[in-house]
Amino acid sequence: MYYFLQQLVNGVTLGAMYGLIAIGYSMVYGIIGMINFAHGEIYMIGAFISIISFLLLGILGITWVPLALLLVLLLAMVFTATYGWTVERLAYRPLRGSFRLAPLISAIGMSIFLQNYVQLLQGANVKPLPPVVTGGWVLGRDGTFTVQISNIQVIIIVLTVLLMTVFSWLIAKTPLGRAQRACEQDLKMAALCGVDVDRTISLTFVMGAALAAVAGLMATLYYGVIDFFIGFLAGIKAFTAAVLGGIGSIPGAMLGGLLLGLVEAFWSGYFSTEYKDVAAFCILVVVLIFLPTGLLGKPEVEKV
Amino acid sequence: MLEVEDVHTRYGHIEALKGVSLEVRRGEIVTIIGANGAGKSTLLMTICGNPRASAGRILFEGEDITELPTYEIVRRGISQAPEGRRIFPRMTVLENLQMGAVPNGGRYFEEDVEQVFELFPRLRERQHQRGGTLSGGEQQMLCIGRALMARPKLLLLDEPSLGLAPMLVRQIFHSIVEINRTRGLTILLVEQNAYQALRIAHRGYVLATGQIVMEGTSAQLLADPEVRAAYLEGGH
Repeated sequence: MYYFLQQLVNGVTLGAMYGLIAIGYSMVYGIIGMINFAHGEIYMIGAFISIISFLLLGILGITWVPLALLLVLLLAMVFTATYGWTVERLAYRPLRGSFRLAPLISAIGMSIFLQNYVQLLQGANVKPLPPVVTGGWVLGRDGTFTVQISNIQVIIIVLTVLLMTVFSWLIAKTPLGRAQRACEQDLKMAALCGVDVDRTISLTFVMGAALAAVAGLMATLYYGVIDFFIGFLAGIKAFTAAVLGGIGSIPGAMLGGLLLGLVEAFWSGYFSTEYKDVAAFCILVVVLIFLPTGLLGKPEVEKV
Repeated sequence: MLEVEDVHTRYGHIEALKGVSLEVRRGEIVTIIGANGAGKSTLLMTICGNPRASAGRILFEGEDITELPTYEIVRRGISQAPEGRRIFPRMTVLENLQMGAVPNGGRYFEEDVEQVFELFPRLRERQHQRGGTLSGGEQQMLCIGRALMARPKLLLLDEPSLGLAPMLVRQIFHSIVEINRTRGLTILLVEQNAYQALRIAHRGYVLATGQIVMEGTSAQLLADPEVRAAYLEGGH
């Protein structure tokens, strides 16, 4: 039971990060019907910007942890969002109206470019970050086994819940969110309603990248090491999460992320850590075969 | 108010409009009649910049809007209730109307939504229902209502009668006349239902295979033997 509880804590933490990245995939797919394969790299860049920001703040002498975290969070979101915006502008917008595969190929190219760009600028070595947030709480004890939740895990879970709440509100209630949903449902009609479609698409990339940046910061804090290649696996995992939840659906992306995180944690905990990626990708295969629309992505019945 | 000058539109190799010229004056209801595939919907969409005219000019209130992006054209005061209605299916009726109010930033929303509900009381009952679950007639009302929310100067209506029962058609056309009379709204109406359209319009154009083949007042067109033979016989 205690062991289960511990895996649950770990799984939710992992799932929170996957969910944050998955939202970016799902939103972009919802609006322009394309899988942004460079999104994993955006997350990786978010992690790098976080680590650089920590170093800079250290040099500037800002070492009070809550303030430092907040500043790094803002810096990472702003700069990573700029990357997201630029990628869309350079690699996808010129291809709009082209054949369907063109932006997809461009996305793969962008992904390879960004990996090499970071490798060139930052080197191929693993970059460590000394623990910024330490300590935690013991939730229970069973003989020698203790169930713990670290402060980092608490921060990750609370911040994710907070961001997802704000984000859901943004999509449901604000004019921008309404414009995004309109674009998702009928791009041509949205334009006829006076929506600047290009701007809405840009903002979608900006929002997706900002959320991925938060995930990048979390991964940096949680694992303590990053390198230029982390975006690949995290990207595909988050893509799996988005497909599992129903690609195009934002609540689906959150749910898919959470489930995937839990599956990975329990698989690692009860079977084998080596094969946790296999478990995750088996889910992708099974979902694609038996439930292609995902858990929440079922299209509604529409009268014509 | 709107001047279309020798406009050509292509879809790949197919030329859907082959030099269309027409004019709509302030306060008028002008109708474009023509058979399926004549290019009526293409003309309305070309006025909104999607697809873009490959040749010719479109002037709105004296300004050349031919090269403007769609949202800029719409924000200058041209609203369209397009072919197939294009209701946002997973948005409520109210949200669809909110989308219609985008060009003026929703500033007059409460006031305008009340006017739309007065015009189409059914929409008030359905305001929290999703667009995709409405009946065809209700969707058409919502489509016109959404276009009105922008407070347009010119309303483009594409086949508002399509697929509706005769009684509903009469009701929709009655509403169109009412909007024109009470608000002085200029309307460009595209219809296959030529008889109904000519009865409410001041003037009309006949479009065939991408070209204007005839124009005149509604009375002239209704009396014209060729128009009668091609578009009016067979009972409407």
